[in-house]
Amino acid sequence: MTSSAVAPRAIVAGHGSFPQGIVSAVEQITGFGSVFIPLSNSDLSGDDIESRIRDRAAELGIKVFFTDLPAGSATIAVRRLMRDTPGVVLVTGANLATLLEFVFREDESPGEAARHAVEKGRTGLAVQGDG
Amino acid sequence: MPVALYRIDDRLIHGQVVVGWGQPLNIRLIVLVDDDVACCDWEQDLYRMGVPPEMELRFADVATAVREHASYARDPRPSIILTPNVATMRALVAGVGTIDKVNIGGLHHRPGRQQKLRYVFLSPDEERELREVIAGGVKVTAQDVPGARAVPMEEVLAIRPGAEKSA
Repeated sequence: MTSSAVAPRAIVAGHGSFPQGIVSAVEQITGFGSVFIPLSNSDLSGDDIESRIRDRAAELGIKVFFTDLPAGSATIAVRRLMRDTPGVVLVTGANLATLLEFVFREDESPGEAARHAVEKGRTGLAVQGDG
Repeated sequence: MPVALYRIDDRLIHGQVVVGWGQPLNIRLIVLVDDDVACCDWEQDLYRMGVPPEMELRFADVATAVREHASYARDPRPSIILTPNVATMRALVAGVGTIDKVNIGGLHHRPGRQQKLRYVFLSPDEERELREVIAGGVKVTAQDVPGARAVPMEEVLAIRPGAEKSA
């Protein structure tokens, strides 16, 4: 993988500026922010979120989705997509460590890369200090 | 315990409902009132996956919700009753007769609707239905999240096209 723009492999969808923000963090750390397409659900109806996700996924041939909240409207929209689209992989509760790991799993299948990314994301969550 | 929130929200189960209102109100029961969802197991499974295990999610069509409302109100758990649109809430209000407050949490852009607030778009029919609900003595406010101002619906309905507010 070279450090210029690379082809998108996943959509990051969620609340407010979370998608743009976390993708900008991936770009800052790795230079590979373009692996992800950010999509915010701000001020959109459930139908509009779903149609935007479907349109972008179809346009770019993307089957992997990261969302922030398991209960979020973006998650619900991707689950609707999964109903009629085989091979879709959804990761909910995505954090920065998750996305960073996914970036460097380009040689794996989408499912394998997503599972490894989730493992990494879980290990990145920790409490430090005894306050 | 009285129902904590009667909410109209076209996204139904999503972050603002489950977390935004759910956590501060300690919600343990959500009743989703929607004739379409009430008869579709797949839709119900979809929404069930979105709520945490400590929260029960029930589904009802309008007739059932009217019939069962007393049991929702007697339930010791804090609860939200959620509808996808104005017409469903209006039918619930009319059928139950004791609902005195309604929250509009999200009615988003759709052809035929005009923008009133960032998260509230209304068609002429919806405006008429809301005026009828208000005329029946129900306090209707628009408020997407607990930290936002509850905007009285009379104020929302007075907003002219092109003068929508960001609240």
